[in-house]
Amino acid sequence: MSGSALDDRDVKAVALSRGLVPDDLQARLRADASSRTVVLVLFTAGIIWLLIGSVFGEIASLKLHWPDLLVEQGWLTFGRIRTAHLHAVNYGWATAVLIGASVWLMPRLVHAELRGARLALIGGVLFTLGVAVGVVAVLMGYNDGMEWLEAPRFLAGPFFVVGGGLVGLSLFRTVAARKADHLYISVWYILGAFIWFPMLYLTAKWREWSGVEGAAVNWFFAHNVLGFWLTAMSVGLAYYFIPKVLGRPVYSYQLSVLGFWSLAMFYSLNGMHHLVGGPLPTWMITTSIVASVFMFIPVVATGINLHMTVIGRFNALRYSPTLRFVVLGALAYTAVSLQGSFTALREVNRITHFTHWTVAHSHVGGYAFVTFVCFGAMYYIVPRVVGHEWPSARLIRWHFNSVLAGITIYVVGLTAAGVAQGLALLDPAIPFQVSVERSMLGLYARSVGGLLLSAGHLVFAWHFWLMVRMPSSVPRRTRPPFHEAQPVLYSS
Amino acid sequence: MTRISLIALGAFAIMASAICLLVILPDAMLSHVEAPSQLSDYTAVQAQGRAIYVREGCVYCHSQQVRDPSFTTDVDRGWGTRATVPADYVYDTPHLLGTMRTGPDLINVGQRLPDIDWHLIHLYDPRSLVEWSTMAAFPYLFERKAPADVRAEDRVVQIPGPRAPQGVVVVARPEAIALAEYLISLNRQYPVNATAGGSHDSP
Repeated sequence: MSGSALDDRDVKAVALSRGLVPDDLQARLRADASSRTVVLVLFTAGIIWLLIGSVFGEIASLKLHWPDLLVEQGWLTFGRIRTAHLHAVNYGWATAVLIGASVWLMPRLVHAELRGARLALIGGVLFTLGVAVGVVAVLMGYNDGMEWLEAPRFLAGPFFVVGGGLVGLSLFRTVAARKADHLYISVWYILGAFIWFPMLYLTAKWREWSGVEGAAVNWFFAHNVLGFWLTAMSVGLAYYFIPKVLGRPVYSYQLSVLGFWSLAMFYSLNGMHHLVGGPLPTWMITTSIVASVFMFIPVVATGINLHMTVIGRFNALRYSPTLRFVVLGALAYTAVSLQGSFTALREVNRITHFTHWTVAHSHVGGYAFVTFVCFGAMYYIVPRVVGHEWPSARLIRWHFNSVLAGITIYVVGLTAAGVAQGLALLDPAIPFQVSVERSMLGLYARSVGGLLLSAGHLVFAWHFWLMVRMPSSVPRRTRPPFHEAQPVLYSS
Repeated sequence: MTRISLIALGAFAIMASAICLLVILPDAMLSHVEAPSQLSDYTAVQAQGRAIYVREGCVYCHSQQVRDPSFTTDVDRGWGTRATVPADYVYDTPHLLGTMRTGPDLINVGQRLPDIDWHLIHLYDPRSLVEWSTMAAFPYLFERKAPADVRAEDRVVQIPGPRAPQGVVVVARPEAIALAEYLISLNRQYPVNATAGGSHDSP
């Protein structure tokens, strides 16, 4: 495969063309080198979790339309395998990659080498081990019984708290040692995530919660772990990669400030919209519905900022897999957030609550947004960590096309299934049986979409494997790789 | 923004206020909710069954809440005679309100389907009773024995129809019996009033 358009320039020319003096470039190479091991270990762990999570997810999906599949073993029952899937992909895959990308990004953003790189490595490994403990416990039948919080508090909890804490410590020390005065937008989101996650996790887990208060705590955590952990880091990464790859400043600094603080303020009150109509004090649910509508503010602010940075440069998506994944991820973020605000409205919620709509919605967020940003980040970071380019543009294309087709079929099919199911449930003249039958087509679509996603994951994992084990005898570039300049839409 | 302390303190303060509003305050308010006189705590067997309900993840397909008739048709569907209230859940740790209705709501299933044998058959093979059901089957909560090995104290489950296993006798393990006992105990149809934590608006 042919090299990038920038191949024939030397380091100095590249650096100068980007307004950098070579000293700065040296500092950046040192910053990148400082996080190298952590990033590779966490990305590898993340990909392993992605493959495991894909298998679990596909089994769970198949079981909803082929219920007699694999019923003889307890650990394969739907309720356990579905929960193992959730843990593997959210706390295993997405978390490992987002932590890895954050650890790689932070030294670059603050112009300092990673402090406590060993702490970050131990922390990241502990976190992912905690996920393994949690998944095995859930499969064996030990769980704490609240959605998103099933991993047993005394088994997996310490791994999450200590692991996340060590990574956070390393990141905060790095920022404290910074040479740059200004803190870029991505830094706010990443630091925020490492403050918010421990607060949320400890609140949810420090004791057992009973009755409807348990439900309130459950959804306070489960909603916020998306907004303040996965979303926060993913938005932070999008704010880095989109301007970086395009070589263009973020559209508006003021909007990014507004977006950050209003996200914190309104997202944190959203959780009760998972309990609309439920046996909780009405004021709690109303608070969350109102806050969900106010989510328009951070979402529109962040959306304008990210999309306006791209506008007029969509052509560049043909060349950079990073840009393509991250820009689509950012679009999905806007879409899923607006969908979420609408879904919180009582009139919409009475149709969509308790249906597959919610599962489809969570995959727009968890996959089309978070996972796409993760892929985009890895396409950018890995070449800079291992020191050579991705070996195959074709594999990148297969990966992209497969997962894009997969998530589209998944979301369209399951959303339609949810609406059909919800409308049937809302009419008492229609027997319950009909709500099951009408969602069946969408459930099959989900399994097909899931297969395409899994195929894409296999391609990506294979490509990553080729990438990291590429023999050192292959001449390494003396120049930093500039992957973004390689066309990936057409074979080269 | 150039100061770490501003970001860190601001982020902390906003989340702390959210925790106060949606966790600590409701916890204080709801701690006064008392159990209705007609609701008794789970027996040891029912509690064991509830733990199996949690273990097998039944909550991912079955909710346990009846919503207000003015808002939804839960009552018209026959899932209960009234909306459930905080007092109905005081013995529930962890909560099992649920967010999916791939299967029907179960908060009053004991009133609707009070026959424990029905539940045992249904747990062993849902489709032997409900042809269109997509529920997971739980054969591993049962033993399949040769007819000669069946002992007097065994809880034999007669699976009806063409799906019945041939040449073996299905015997419920204690886990299956506990889960079925829990299911038939689910019944929140007694009247409640506002002072017992009944109203949505005054917990």
